[in-house]
Amino acid sequence: MIRDLFKQLMKDKFAKIALILLGIIYFMLLFADFIAPYTKDFSDRSMAYVPPSQIFTIDENGKFSRPYTYNYKRDFDMDELRIVYSLDRSQKHYLKFFAKGEPYKFLGLIPMQRHLVTTDVDGRLFLLGTDINGRDVFSRILFGGRISMTIGFLALFVLFPIGLLYGGIAGYFGGKVDAVMMRFAEAVMSIPSFYLLIILASILPAGMTSIQRFMLIVVILALIGWAGFARVVRGMVLSVKNQEFVQAARSIGASRLRIIVKHILPQTTSFVIVAMTLSVPSYILSESGLSFLGLGIQQPDASWGNMLKEAQEYTNIIYRPWLLTPGFLIFIAVLSFNLIGDAVRDILDPKSKVR
Amino acid sequence: MEILKYILKRILQTIPLLIIVSLISFFIIRLSPVDPLAELRLNPSVSKETLQRETERLGLDKPIIIQYGKWAKSFVKGDLGVTSNGELVSAKLKERIPNTLLLTVIVIFLSWSVGVPLGILAAINWKSPLDRLLTVLTSIGMAIPSFFFAVLLLIFAVKTGWFPVGGLTSSNFLEMSFGEKVFDITRHLVLPVTVLFTLSLAGLQRQMRANLLDVLDSDYVKFARAKGLSEFKVIFKHALRNAINPMITLLGFEFAGLLSGAALTEYVFQYPGLGRLILEAVLKSDINLVMASLMMGAIMLVLGNLIADILLIITDPRIRQKNGGQA
Repeated sequence: MIRDLFKQLMKDKFAKIALILLGIIYFMLLFADFIAPYTKDFSDRSMAYVPPSQIFTIDENGKFSRPYTYNYKRDFDMDELRIVYSLDRSQKHYLKFFAKGEPYKFLGLIPMQRHLVTTDVDGRLFLLGTDINGRDVFSRILFGGRISMTIGFLALFVLFPIGLLYGGIAGYFGGKVDAVMMRFAEAVMSIPSFYLLIILASILPAGMTSIQRFMLIVVILALIGWAGFARVVRGMVLSVKNQEFVQAARSIGASRLRIIVKHILPQTTSFVIVAMTLSVPSYILSESGLSFLGLGIQQPDASWGNMLKEAQEYTNIIYRPWLLTPGFLIFIAVLSFNLIGDAVRDILDPKSKVR
Repeated sequence: MEILKYILKRILQTIPLLIIVSLISFFIIRLSPVDPLAELRLNPSVSKETLQRETERLGLDKPIIIQYGKWAKSFVKGDLGVTSNGELVSAKLKERIPNTLLLTVIVIFLSWSVGVPLGILAAINWKSPLDRLLTVLTSIGMAIPSFFFAVLLLIFAVKTGWFPVGGLTSSNFLEMSFGEKVFDITRHLVLPVTVLFTLSLAGLQRQMRANLLDVLDSDYVKFARAKGLSEFKVIFKHALRNAINPMITLLGFEFAGLLSGAALTEYVFQYPGLGRLILEAVLKSDINLVMASLMMGAIMLVLGNLIADILLIITDPRIRQKNGGQA
């Protein structure tokens, strides 16, 4: 079934492009250690807010040369009262491919030193400039993407079992159980979700390790979304619970939990797949919004949202536009997920014509 | 009469809902390890008496159930306590809620008056290049993170200088004449409205298109066509009336979405609304303010749904029949 779905997806022009884009993004994130010229925490304090390195392939005599770059040097502009960077043309730094650089663990296991592209020890290769601490934005985008692009999926894997079971039980039992459970779900839905999100994030105790914080944010994101999902599942359960196959299961003495989990919930599979692909983007957006406000992933860890935090200052967005790159990546990722979600819905639910 | 009875029943239903909401919010906030009066204690301008009054009002020395009872009692009476600066929470809310309502009402009005016609247009021209173009545009509109869009618009505002970059009023607002005041507020509203408008327009257009397409597929529309009615009459007299009903339900949800979406937008534009208030309160762990604005957000949301439901009763006779017996 999954293979069929994939084949049909590749027939849709938009979904195909989106799948390829996401494929490239996830591939780069998986091999981030190797592709990034620097590690996540590398910082050169003398190089704060350096613009992206310029790469030359034609030298000053007009001849082709191996690609090289110049470092930036820092000057203070007395007239405008701000720091300006200019190319330090005294020394060329050639780009080196597959050369040794900062040590890291490949896929978290194998110790390695080789990077896809680096430059010599004195040279600095900042493909997308640096941030306030002189950290390489390009490298941090790769490491931050690992968090931003997985957090949504993890939240979904926490939320869907809860929503399925909750909706399944409420729908199957009906009566008072249903009424109480649904009133509670409605109450959760009556709190504006973003308000609930920031409050839950803000009561997280300080001094957690970054892994703990990451996991708790996953849980919080899941707490926001389960109610709406449970309500739809309940509606679907109500419509199938009196069909013959359920009665058959009941007559052979299957337990109620077994009937719900084994017989009724599988009926909702295609809805679940559609709902999952369509809700990944909203979790990516929630995480980035939360981190943008400083309530999500914290420094020194990177996520696309918290990298955009620096874009809150006017001087940054006007003089240092490279700090905005994570925003475009969020946009591309969310757009791709939306396009795939739409295509999946068209395939699994041909009656709906939302696209 | 039946309608009135149903509306009354619907209003009464919101009361238990709000009680559960308040219980959930109260326990979430009290479960946090934050001392609710920490900020107040540190503030030298807050007197000992105020502090004492707050401790008593919140019943902090009592078990949590009694604390909730005390809180609920004073909430119903309209006493929401003081903020960490010693200001009255109710005064603060009174100042901010109208601003958020102004923003959301304008956005809903604009996005409906553009989104619904665009949805109809796309449905009538199903699978035409125009429909495809609109689908692509709405996909893009749905994918832009609101805060990022807001930041981009800020750059635009700073570079061109056409729009003021924050707040709701200019510094010399009080000296202006009435006309100038209106113009000033409008100028400040343009950017936040643009962000939220783009966000909600996309979803609305898609929903309207889907609804109309569904209805256009139904038997009575086919019958109307077979009868030889003009296409204009088929769509605007028969199909549209049924396609618009689910949209009214959506209105309630949209209100909720806007409240949430507005928080980030308000934050970026420094707009003095409820979203930014709750955010600042959360960052300062100002418990009274957080609790009160959370409740206000929930009340606004429940009211939004209520209004949508009531509108639905008026437009859709089937619901009256189901709930009111004979009509």
